[in-house]
Amino acid sequence: MDMLTFLQHYWWFLISLLGALLVFLLFVQGGQGLLYIVGRTDAERDLIVNALGRKWELTFTTLVTFGGAFFASFPLFYSTSFGGAFYVWTAILLVFVIQAVSYEYRRKPANLFGRRTYEAFLVINGIAGPLLLGVAVGTFYTGAMFTVNRMNMVSIGGGTAISQWTTAWHGLEALGNPLNLLLGIAVFALSRLLALHFFLNNLADETLHERSRKLSGYYALLFLLCFLPFFGGLLAADGRACDPQSGAITIEPHKYLHNLLEMPAVSVLLLCSVAALLFAVWIGWRKGSRRAIWFSGAGTTGAVLALLLLAGWNDTCYYPSLADPQSSLSISNSSSSLLTLQTMSIVSLLIPFVAAYIWHAWRALTKPLTEREVEESEHKY
Amino acid sequence: MVTDLMQSVEWSRAQFALTAIYHWLFVPLTLGLSVLCALMETQYYRTGDLFWKRTAQFWMRLFAVNFAIGVATGLILEFEFGTNWSNYSNFVGDIFGAPLAIEGIMAFFLESTFFAVMFFGWEKVSRGFHLSATWLTAIGANLSALWILVANSWMQYPVGCRFDIATVRNEMTSFWDVLLSPVAINKFSHTVTSSFLLAAVFVMGVSAWYLLKGRHRRMARSSIALASAFGFVFSLAAAFSGDRSGAIVARVQPMKLAAMEALYDGREAAPLTLFGILRPEEARTSDDDAFHFKVEIPKMLSLMSFRDAGAYVPGINDLVEGNEARGILPTALKMERGRHAIEQLARYHTARKTGDTAVMQEVERLFDRDTPEGEAFLRDCFAYFGYGYLESPRDAVPNVPLLFYAFRVMVGAGGFLLLLCAAVWWLNRRQRLDKQRWLLRVMILSIPLAYLASQAGWIVAEAGRQPWAIQDLLPVHVAGSYIGSTPVAVTFFLFLALFTALLAAEIGILCRQIKIGPKESNE
Repeated sequence: MDMLTFLQHYWWFLISLLGALLVFLLFVQGGQGLLYIVGRTDAERDLIVNALGRKWELTFTTLVTFGGAFFASFPLFYSTSFGGAFYVWTAILLVFVIQAVSYEYRRKPANLFGRRTYEAFLVINGIAGPLLLGVAVGTFYTGAMFTVNRMNMVSIGGGTAISQWTTAWHGLEALGNPLNLLLGIAVFALSRLLALHFFLNNLADETLHERSRKLSGYYALLFLLCFLPFFGGLLAADGRACDPQSGAITIEPHKYLHNLLEMPAVSVLLLCSVAALLFAVWIGWRKGSRRAIWFSGAGTTGAVLALLLLAGWNDTCYYPSLADPQSSLSISNSSSSLLTLQTMSIVSLLIPFVAAYIWHAWRALTKPLTEREVEESEHKY
Repeated sequence: MVTDLMQSVEWSRAQFALTAIYHWLFVPLTLGLSVLCALMETQYYRTGDLFWKRTAQFWMRLFAVNFAIGVATGLILEFEFGTNWSNYSNFVGDIFGAPLAIEGIMAFFLESTFFAVMFFGWEKVSRGFHLSATWLTAIGANLSALWILVANSWMQYPVGCRFDIATVRNEMTSFWDVLLSPVAINKFSHTVTSSFLLAAVFVMGVSAWYLLKGRHRRMARSSIALASAFGFVFSLAAAFSGDRSGAIVARVQPMKLAAMEALYDGREAAPLTLFGILRPEEARTSDDDAFHFKVEIPKMLSLMSFRDAGAYVPGINDLVEGNEARGILPTALKMERGRHAIEQLARYHTARKTGDTAVMQEVERLFDRDTPEGEAFLRDCFAYFGYGYLESPRDAVPNVPLLFYAFRVMVGAGGFLLLLCAAVWWLNRRQRLDKQRWLLRVMILSIPLAYLASQAGWIVAEAGRQPWAIQDLLPVHVAGSYIGSTPVAVTFFLFLALFTALLAAEIGILCRQIKIGPKESNE
């Protein structure tokens, strides 16, 4: 494996890891969506919002870094997908914008729109954020309607865009694909399951604790009902393989199943992660264990990492084109140059340090939160 | 479809400008106020005086309200490079994406992690840890500014890269050239120091309101003492870096300088126009008919631009029509050469499709700076690649009145704020500020002035870069996404309504928080 190929794989791994961490951190969105289901009084909702409010920035930052890292390492994906699936990505951005201000503004006097509006923003973000992100990630397997033609750049007078979407739906068509929808609903349910585990860990309130425990079983069921058909469909589906020598792209039946068999480490990671997730579901639902979030968090991170590695490694096109198979994007035909990947790889050595200080700060702040503590806090949401 | 795409680009420009303007309403205060809060908390850490803790907590409350909406608008900006400027993202993503990714890894996590400690850690972590968290939040915010400004500077002055003919994009050849380009260093220092000045003016203005109302006097005077000294020091630094900016622009973006000065005919010992009223566009053809009236400082433009009072400064007409005596190529010739470069690109990709390796190798040599023909081609033709897309030489001229007036608003307001900081610091030190009620009112009114100067600065920087997305290499009308105008127009109005509503909410909350004031009992 030459250096460029190695770095392409390394950066796909980092992107996948960021994506996996993002899905784990969507527990913030899941919790927001449950604001009126778990919290039935203003005091309960205050407690929930303040518990989530200590973490929302981390989810937001991971999303921004995921976007930035994708841009830097695979710019052709960034230009193709964001410029093409315009409606979907713009909708995702909008629901995150309304989230960003809602924590801070919700209980502040003179906030113009009233507390309920900001709570509605949090709920909208909590439902639409995971759902749309899941649907968007679904297209990594099911593909999208686009072409990539570098000759467009010489069309003086117009139509110079190298990447062009071939439907006027600009990403909305992804909602019509059952596999995408299944993944979207699975991510939505998973975000709620994670949120409920977070509540078990982070809220010092017996009533909320009991509600969270009960609900976790239902959302675990919904997650499994959507994820298993998605995963089955994925293993049965055709994928696009990219010849590493010629760059030619061919349709390969059961490509993702082959990937699973040809990358045993990824398979083991997936199995262990699923086991951790199921264990978390069990101890969360049966015992209301505070430790459930750590197992479901690790399980989610590992499982999503494995799924994204299936999409990009082993000469697979991680963004198949349904309009022109040869336009499909793989890590080899869409990556940045060797120097850029090398430079960013050096910067990526900071990641363990970043993880360490996040962990340290998280530990310093995380202990079960009470209503009294929220009210006495100098800064509250 | 082509007309629709052109309209789409115009909507995208409007949307990006809208987002950038809104984003830039919040970011300067975040950059400066985070440092001021850290300085106040440092005082608390050093003295143990609870007054400084309450003072820091009050300003942190305002900081948090402002920070949230800055984060929201920043997210949109980052992703708009993809949604609205997809060709741009491909053409320069190899270089432009790296600072954004590094910003995420190095700055955003630092900022967001310690932001939480800063606000929720008062009773949970030690004083030292808390102070470190506050400083790290401030460092994170300013580090974030560094990386995005490095990326922006590269758009103004693309260095450290080469064009790859196969992938049709620019690729990085030297990270250090990108990071340490004179434009990047100067832009960072000017932006950050002017943001510190804005935050200082904000703190001074709010504190002046308390003095006028006779409330929280100790907090107000202490905040003014710190902010006025801080503002004075950084306004001097902003003036110095602004002067350096002018000299750099003269060298790397001469059209921007000529437009800023509405200088139509180049000359030696060029004067600086202090102020003037421009005639309508159709009436402006030369320096003789450009202004209704103007006030000039002789030789100053030459001196500031080239550090030589007698130096020649090219005008808009020289840059458009050319000036052989000064070695300035006409824009029409640059367009011709740019088109030749584009034709070579077309030849290469046609040959690639047909498998004509001889032609491919021939063109590859042209784009290789290590071959003699490549060195000449890159210097004489590819350097003007973007000009090949222009329809008329006049397209290379940015909006002259916008730049001319915005530049004067920025400099005039900046100069006034420098004097204000100095005067306030001196009067406060001599305990005479409370009696100058007119000055306290001026301090309050200076808050919008600081924002106006800050916005004007961005307009000069960004509108002055037009018509280029990447200076000389990629015009904005080639940088857009392949999308119709209607979706972009819809999202423009959506963002306009959303940002305006959130801004109104932010102002309402800030005003109420200021009215509530800090928690203090012993004054």
